[in-house]
Amino acid sequence: MSGSDETELAGLLRAAIAGDERSYAAFLEQVATMISSFLRQRIAHAAIDPEDVVQETLLAVHLKRHTWATDAPVMPWLYAIARHKLVDALRRRGRRTEIGLEGIAEIAAEHAPEPLLRRDVERVLDMLTPGQRAVVAAISIDGCSIAEAAKRLGKSETAIRVSLHRGLSAISARFRRN
Amino acid sequence: MDTNELIRAIAADARRPAMPMRRAWQIAVLAAVLLAASAFLVMLGPRHDLGEALRTIRFPFKFVVTSSLAVSALVLLRRLSRPTGAALDRLPLLLLAPALLALAIAAELLVVPPSQWMVRMIGTNSLFCLTFIPLIGIAPLATFLATLRYGAPSRPAIAGAVAGLLAGAVSGSFYALHCADDSPLFLAVWYTAAIAILAALGAMIAPRIAQW
Repeated sequence: MSGSDETELAGLLRAAIAGDERSYAAFLEQVATMISSFLRQRIAHAAIDPEDVVQETLLAVHLKRHTWATDAPVMPWLYAIARHKLVDALRRRGRRTEIGLEGIAEIAAEHAPEPLLRRDVERVLDMLTPGQRAVVAAISIDGCSIAEAAKRLGKSETAIRVSLHRGLSAISARFRRN
Repeated sequence: MDTNELIRAIAADARRPAMPMRRAWQIAVLAAVLLAASAFLVMLGPRHDLGEALRTIRFPFKFVVTSSLAVSALVLLRRLSRPTGAALDRLPLLLLAPALLALAIAAELLVVPPSQWMVRMIGTNSLFCLTFIPLIGIAPLATFLATLRYGAPSRPAIAGAVAGLLAGAVSGSFYALHCADDSPLFLAVWYTAAIAILAALGAMIAPRIAQW
């Protein structure tokens, strides 16, 4: 990982923490790509979809972004979160494993393949309250802005923001229990 | 919902303010000290010969031990509350307080006749100490565990144990103002046992509440 990636990502995340949505989206896209290849090298387990772990990692990055010290390097922090989520995903499959970075692929590969437990998107949204579901779907799937979602759903922007945040937290918690 | 759709939803939530961890710890420490101070003043209060005690060596030394434990536990705990805090290379910091205490014990054994060793160790207030240090430390422990929950500890059991050590050090600092047993021999047995209770509680509770 080059130093310029580090500098760029750290800059984007700093802007995001200051409230810049555009920088945040750019940051998250880069992180998704980076984490996705990190995870694909390490998951040889048929029962785990790397994309699920990518999504869990993005949610954790978001909900725990205050645990990044803004003067510290961002890469080690991102990989630490991805590793935590990977270990968590393996553990949920019933394997109690002490996993070093090197051993992950081998350990995962040893186990017999299980039926693909792909998280059903519709079901994840179903876990939300109807209000949260409408807001999250309007913004994520239909691409509405906060203002557009507020207009479409006939609510205040503040209410939309609250539902969105609670919805994201609920999805993250739901992933952990699955 | 594919990953790009999720990113859209997350980015839209960017303006949600998130208090930095550093600030969260400042508030937690302040709250813990205030809570411990109020519990101490309500339940015990300082000993009556405080002025005289301050002119001895043993009484002030109790605070050297408790505050060195507090500082090293806080340094560790702040690291352990972040995802990057999994490395345990700083754990030896926790040896600082026991090392100071060991030196004091060596000195105590040199200046006190052997017939007095057990007397000093057993002290007069041992059950009191075992009761009140955990009791005063409960609210600080809850505060630190809540802060761990707000953070993202990779090793919640260890982080919880260190939270218990910090709560015990804060509580012990107040309790020491009341306690008339000033020998390092007493500290080594009873303060240690009382603080260990809080550390065990922290280690048990943190993994349950600080999942992320």
